[in-house]
Amino acid sequence: MRKKNRIRLKNKHLLAILTFFCIAAIALTLTSKVSFTPVRNIAGTILLPFQKGVNTVGNLLTDTKNIARNKEDIIAENEDLKRQINELKERAVLKEEDEQELARLRELYALDQNYSEYSKIAAQVISKDPSNWFNSFIINRGTEDGVNVEMNVITNGGLVGIITEAGPHWASVRSIIDDNSNVSGMTMTTADNCIVSGDLTLKDEGKLSFYQMHTENQINSGEKIVTSNISDKYLPGILIGYIDEVTDDSNHLTKTGVIVPTVDFRHIQEVLVITTLKQTGGQQ
Amino acid sequence: MLTAFVTGIVVILAFLLQSSFFPTITLLDISPNVILMVTVCFGFMRGKRFGMLVGFFSGILVDVFFGPIFGINALVYMFIGYFNGHLYKVFFDEEIKVPMLLVAVSDLIYGIVFYVVQFATRSRFAFPQYFTGVILPECIYTVVLTLIFYRLLHKIDKLLSDNELEGQQSPWL
Repeated sequence: MRKKNRIRLKNKHLLAILTFFCIAAIALTLTSKVSFTPVRNIAGTILLPFQKGVNTVGNLLTDTKNIARNKEDIIAENEDLKRQINELKERAVLKEEDEQELARLRELYALDQNYSEYSKIAAQVISKDPSNWFNSFIINRGTEDGVNVEMNVITNGGLVGIITEAGPHWASVRSIIDDNSNVSGMTMTTADNCIVSGDLTLKDEGKLSFYQMHTENQINSGEKIVTSNISDKYLPGILIGYIDEVTDDSNHLTKTGVIVPTVDFRHIQEVLVITTLKQTGGQQ
Repeated sequence: MLTAFVTGIVVILAFLLQSSFFPTITLLDISPNVILMVTVCFGFMRGKRFGMLVGFFSGILVDVFFGPIFGINALVYMFIGYFNGHLYKVFFDEEIKVPMLLVAVSDLIYGIVFYVVQFATRSRFAFPQYFTGVILPECIYTVVLTLIFYRLLHKIDKLLSDNELEGQQSPWL
């Protein structure tokens, strides 16, 4: 009843007004005059519990699917696993020895900036970018847990990405395979710098590309790439991945190629956020 | 009022499904575009104005959470809802082929627009890979889901229409 008294806009006019609103919003974000983080914070706080719930249901479904496999499979698998446990026990002993050796060698190498020394917070991935274009995701820790923008995110010892936004109990992470991501990296043995960037054409294979490596050194596939000392946002020495292919650029000065990351970007569930921020002198 | 409330719930559910539920059960690393589907279906079933508003608000929802550029999703979804609204009452609602076709076309357009906005402007021109790797699978997946969801949305629409006819002389949209 109320609606009849109200002035009715024509469809076209309403469309024009809303279009104008959107374009204004786009223009404002592009020129970064206005930050939409406060809006995101409020919306995030409201919807986050639901997202967590729905996410749990999805995981449960995947679990039930696994349980429904037939019994024989499970018995066979059980025996197989027992055998594997024995193997692994043996291997664990060897590992321990290796680790001690590694510790000694590290001292020799003076790799004291290893990232295992940074303080870290564990977080769970609770939601993923709904479009298929970008690989950003949201984790369940925020500013109140000590997570802040520009902190590095790792999992299984490899670099995952960087925090781009943080709310009180959530933070969004842009992964390094995102098409927008650029990381300054270097080779482990020769310390040749390069730019590691995400590429949507390689994303399907779960790989990254690198370019602008100025070097005369012979770079072989299998070479380790870590984050470089000169990166302004990433801490030095975090493992990114291994070189898969290298090609010389047509100028014969630089090299380009493909990197296989150590992180499996299709299945990230838990991540570690390094709460130490990179210190870049003189800028702040 | 009730219409707006119910539609709001449907949109939020679609968003939750898309952002939290589907990524855990993706096929080929691609998740379907449920929000787009809901926008297209509402535009088709309830007309230009409704499609436009549903598109706008669901777009805002996506932008608030994930948009690298605030407003772009709202703009695209709004136009998709608006143009689908042009076909309001041209076809019979019960026919499922028409909404499927509409969803397919809309998803392709959405994919191409996003390619242009996000990649071509940064001179990434590997369009064939984007098309076969992301746009096409997403489109197919979404169309298949339309088969399931359209009947549900149609039923909701029916209930809402009946309710409106009782309360007022004519539907207000």
